[in-house]
Amino acid sequence: MKTIDLVKALDLKVYSGKDFLNAEVSGGYVSDLLSDVMGNAKEGQVWITLQTHKNVMAVASLKDLPAIIVVKGYKPDEDTMKKSEEEQLPILGTDLDTFTICGRLFELLNKQ
Amino acid sequence: MQFKYKIAGGDFTNAGNASSAVKKILKQLNVDHTVSKHIVVALYEAEVNIVAHAYSGVIEVNIDKNQIHIILDDKGPGIADIDQAMEEGYSTASPQVREMGFGAGMGLANMKRNADKMLISSELGKGTKVELIHYLKPDEG
Repeated sequence: MKTIDLVKALDLKVYSGKDFLNAEVSGGYVSDLLSDVMGNAKEGQVWITLQTHKNVMAVASLKDLPAIIVVKGYKPDEDTMKKSEEEQLPILGTDLDTFTICGRLFELLNKQ
Repeated sequence: MQFKYKIAGGDFTNAGNASSAVKKILKQLNVDHTVSKHIVVALYEAEVNIVAHAYSGVIEVNIDKNQIHIILDDKGPGIADIDQAMEEGYSTASPQVREMGFGAGMGLANMKRNADKMLISSELGKGTKVELIHYLKPDEG
């Protein structure tokens, strides 16, 4: 499944990186602790978080994650979105809380 | 081959830039992807530690055929008890830094897990020196 398929199926906002929605998504990782993501997320997993500052881009890019989903209607900072375009790594968003979006994403990915 | 990066303490806007630059170099050099992933995790954590705790620092990356040897030398408060700092969950990060999702006390553990060898020496009131060594598999081509 590609990032674009997630956007459509889960009705996600695309805050930035709309031209880079073709990466393959193999799963997801949920954490608001950056070191947890650094240590445990795996390549190909979309990252679900409430963090909106620029450092999430550094972590996502270093870990080769396909996209970030920001929860609960939080909007990424301007410089975060700018970095997202530079890194060609999209930031997506949902108004849903983490539990709900994870449940839907889990279901979607396991339907395949 | 040697690369050097200067790190400014407190500059979270640019935290990770050195790690990102090194990741690109490793890719260009065709370093094994798994090895490269380990290096990037360890280096990023070490870079963020300088930003979060020190006043300034220098990262020196030495690449040769057999290993990648990274030296992170900072001017900062130093670490009072390295064994305690190594404990998972222990952190002296400020509330502001924690709010960003840093300072969970996982950084040093991540570094140790991802480096083949890690050495830390520190002097209170002066700074900390961290060495990360990753061995490269000999090229069998």
